[in-house]
Amino acid sequence: MRDFSYFRATSAEDARQAALQASAVMLAGGTTLLDLAKCGVAEPEAVIDITHLSGLDGIAVNQEGAVIGTLAKMAAVADHPDIKAWFPAVSESLSLAASAQLRNMATIGGNLLQRTRCAYFRDPLTFPACNKRNPGSGCSALGGVIRNHAVLGVSEQCIASYPGDLAAALVALDAVVDLGQRQVPVDDFFLPYDHAPERETVLQPGEMILGISIPASVAARNSTYLKVRDRQSYEFAAASAAVGLELESDNRTIKDIRVALGGVASKPWRARAVEQALIGKALEEQTVARAARLAMDGAVSYGDNLYKIELAPRVITRAIMKVGGLA
Amino acid sequence: MTRTIQLTLDINGHSHELDVEPRVTLLDALREHLLLTGTKKGCDQGQCGACTCHVDGKRVLSCLTLAAQVEGRQITTIEGIAAENGDLHPVQAAFLEHDAFQCGYCTPGQIMSAVACIKEGHTGSDEEIREYMSGNLCRCGAYNSVVAAVREAAEAAR
Repeated sequence: MRDFSYFRATSAEDARQAALQASAVMLAGGTTLLDLAKCGVAEPEAVIDITHLSGLDGIAVNQEGAVIGTLAKMAAVADHPDIKAWFPAVSESLSLAASAQLRNMATIGGNLLQRTRCAYFRDPLTFPACNKRNPGSGCSALGGVIRNHAVLGVSEQCIASYPGDLAAALVALDAVVDLGQRQVPVDDFFLPYDHAPERETVLQPGEMILGISIPASVAARNSTYLKVRDRQSYEFAAASAAVGLELESDNRTIKDIRVALGGVASKPWRARAVEQALIGKALEEQTVARAARLAMDGAVSYGDNLYKIELAPRVITRAIMKVGGLA
Repeated sequence: MTRTIQLTLDINGHSHELDVEPRVTLLDALREHLLLTGTKKGCDQGQCGACTCHVDGKRVLSCLTLAAQVEGRQITTIEGIAAENGDLHPVQAAFLEHDAFQCGYCTPGQIMSAVACIKEGHTGSDEEIREYMSGNLCRCGAYNSVVAAVREAAEAAR
């Protein structure tokens, strides 16, 4: 790890000002930044520690929804009784992520900004070519081992997968990122990176995530996060689905449905085509399974990850049937 | 460009002064600067759990924590959990009782994680213990004995 200067911010404004200097980066939980600094991917010259700021780790839930401060820890949000009750997909997405130690460290703002686990991205010495690290240098993953790479929102520029679980749940539930000067839906916060893989979010220099708000809804209350992976715990998703469901009073017809995917795309992936195909339909497995396939429109596999195109719709289907009380 | 910073760290109830480069992790500060070598360096990238310590009573990975970040926090390492008179912590005793290790390298991290796991109340079943201890890898594969030790220590603590 290259050395850097260390600055402990005493206010959010202080942190934002300090972050304007060249090659400066904010440090929260450290679980992504220090990891990538050790890999040689992140080479900050200045690290701005925001973990001593007060008042940014709150979790407040009322009838309007939830407001979560950027420094709230993953574990604190996952275990919060009101988050569990009103936004189960959010709680589950966090509980099923990482390990107990990492969930005590990583913050909600930092969680959104985690970087891909692409092994080629993470190893600059062995694989100098990476359009995400060094635009125009090529993609070392193409033709390599890509079992966990993305099939949606990819191009020959980059096939890296966005690894986060929480963001899929937030995208499904129409959550919004609070950047102070502006509020950005989580879905728009992440840029599609098929043609500019080095730009992942709309965050500008000197901007800082202050928190996340999640509007309350029936679908949010009746939501779940289903994560399928190669080992039972402490593993990234092979494919995951965050779904929320509201039925009409006949308890059978779909009134509102939310579907977002993790582990299969270059960003947290809202599957609006699936939602539109299901609104007004009866909740039946065959109907749901047929609609779920629409999530894979435009999916491309460059090799070992072809299985995700089959797996993801099945994960969506099982998750929807689960929140519908039928699985 | 090496600049050092002066830190005061509260470790196992004692105050330690040290002068380190900003990039020094809590793990390296403990092992290299303070010679508290009970905390182990396994992967050094947040994947194995061998470096687990407690910061303000919560289990964290010291390899992904800067020493500078935890100034003013209470740090507890494996050296700090036995009683003053040398009596082992009940989780340490349970690990011995159940032979919950082979080579022993992951053991300090397993024990620090287990102490926190029990305190968090995530020991309702063997399945729950396995889930909440999944951040601590054991390459010798002593998992069954680790689960037995955690279960027994949790029952004793109730």
